[in-house]
Amino acid sequence: MKYTEDHEWLRAEGGLVTVGITAHASEQLGDVVFVDLPEAGRAVSTGDEVCVIESVKAASDIRAPLDGEIVEVNADLADNPGMVNEDPTGKAWFFRMKVADMSALDGLMDEAAYKALIG
Amino acid sequence: MAGLERTGLYDLHLELGAKMVPFAGYEMPVQYPMGVLKEHLHTRAAAGLFDVSHMGQILLTAKSGRLEDAALALERLVPVDVLGLGEGRQRYAMFTNDAGGILDDLMVANRGDHLFLVVNAGCKHADLAHLKGGMPDCDVGMVEGRALLALQGPLAEAALARLVPDVVDMKFMDVAIRSWDTAELWISRSGYTGEDGFEISVPDRFAETFARRLLAMEEVAPIGLGARDSLRLEAGMCLYGHDIDEATTPVEANLTWAIQKARRKGGAREGGFPGAARILGELAGGPARRRVGLSPEGRAPMREGTEIYAAAEGGAVIGAVTSGGYGPSIEAPMAMAYLPAHLAEGDVVFGDVRGKRLPATVAPMPFQPTSYKR
Repeated sequence: MKYTEDHEWLRAEGGLVTVGITAHASEQLGDVVFVDLPEAGRAVSTGDEVCVIESVKAASDIRAPLDGEIVEVNADLADNPGMVNEDPTGKAWFFRMKVADMSALDGLMDEAAYKALIG
Repeated sequence: MAGLERTGLYDLHLELGAKMVPFAGYEMPVQYPMGVLKEHLHTRAAAGLFDVSHMGQILLTAKSGRLEDAALALERLVPVDVLGLGEGRQRYAMFTNDAGGILDDLMVANRGDHLFLVVNAGCKHADLAHLKGGMPDCDVGMVEGRALLALQGPLAEAALARLVPDVVDMKFMDVAIRSWDTAELWISRSGYTGEDGFEISVPDRFAETFARRLLAMEEVAPIGLGARDSLRLEAGMCLYGHDIDEATTPVEANLTWAIQKARRKGGAREGGFPGAARILGELAGGPARRRVGLSPEGRAPMREGTEIYAAAEGGAVIGAVTSGGYGPSIEAPMAMAYLPAHLAEGDVVFGDVRGKRLPATVAPMPFQPTSYKR
């Protein structure tokens, strides 16, 4: 698992990268009540806003962690946004993307570095 | 947090694991480990205990000693029938300014020979000065040394009755002074959640013990400001500084139910409060805009500041959301907005959420039915 400074996790699986938010991020957000997912097939650049998460407190964005294409979104999240709090690194993945350059993953934080970031 | 005041229950909040945030000059618990959503649902299902000690508690006594004189003096500052308020009863009111805007909203109680007011924390010092300036024939004082707790929810009565048995005799908007241990409690059967419940003013030195006794009960959980906000929004209640302020009149705010007949045109004490010309004019002719409820379609909340349009495309902004979020009990988003008064319940408008115009229906409030003990 790799991590971004925006508290996203990335997992390489079968040539694709699955993206979600960390348990730390979900705790900070509080109870999630709405997730606005991107369309599958959308080409994205690093930093593009691709999802919006609304918690009982506020709205926040998920940004594309790498250049590539969104190939699949987790439609279950739209019906059950509370999964983001219950299982942020498992069932509550947000999208899968085909990444332009898989070696770009190497430039992201590993678990130890992410843990150091969040203290 | 530098420069912020703390309530008498500060240490208890920390012990309970509260997340503290600055609010109206105080460090207040926004949530406990249970979280906003579950705290909200717990209050509607059982009983929630809120620390609202930051709010202002004010006593008004006429120098003549006559309650009528205090009531008539206060009527010069509010468009509300205070003289007609019975002993042991409380009612909602608002201070207005000369333009008819709202300086603060408050509760007024008749306690026999004096009036007891509860005002918003963020306005309390200005309110005190306003009262002192506007009521020269009265003694006006901020109550010091008392905490204010709210116990809200369907099991609030059962919980409080274990400590103060005869609260079961109180009805919605009754006020009473009762003893617990050697403490004098000032109790009202009211709140800010839409549920049955009580607000209890407790001397500081008893406050923590009293709160702990309630929290030790199975049905009582501590509830933070986060859930207080979603509970009051479901109940259709205004938050000062958001849904009402100096730029909104009570008529625009759809609070005309709080302006009794005696203060209206043709009433026994018509007008005679700041902004009466504007407010009575709007009562007669209707305001140009009005606070309404909105039920956004789908799940996306429309937050405060969301601009509202009449059409899905084109056209000008017709209003804005003043409070908005997700209602845990109604399991749907909800909002309040000021919109042109010709719009009626069932009409569809469009809120600009991150550049997309999403439909919302003008909806009756409260969003969640209230359950007061009348």
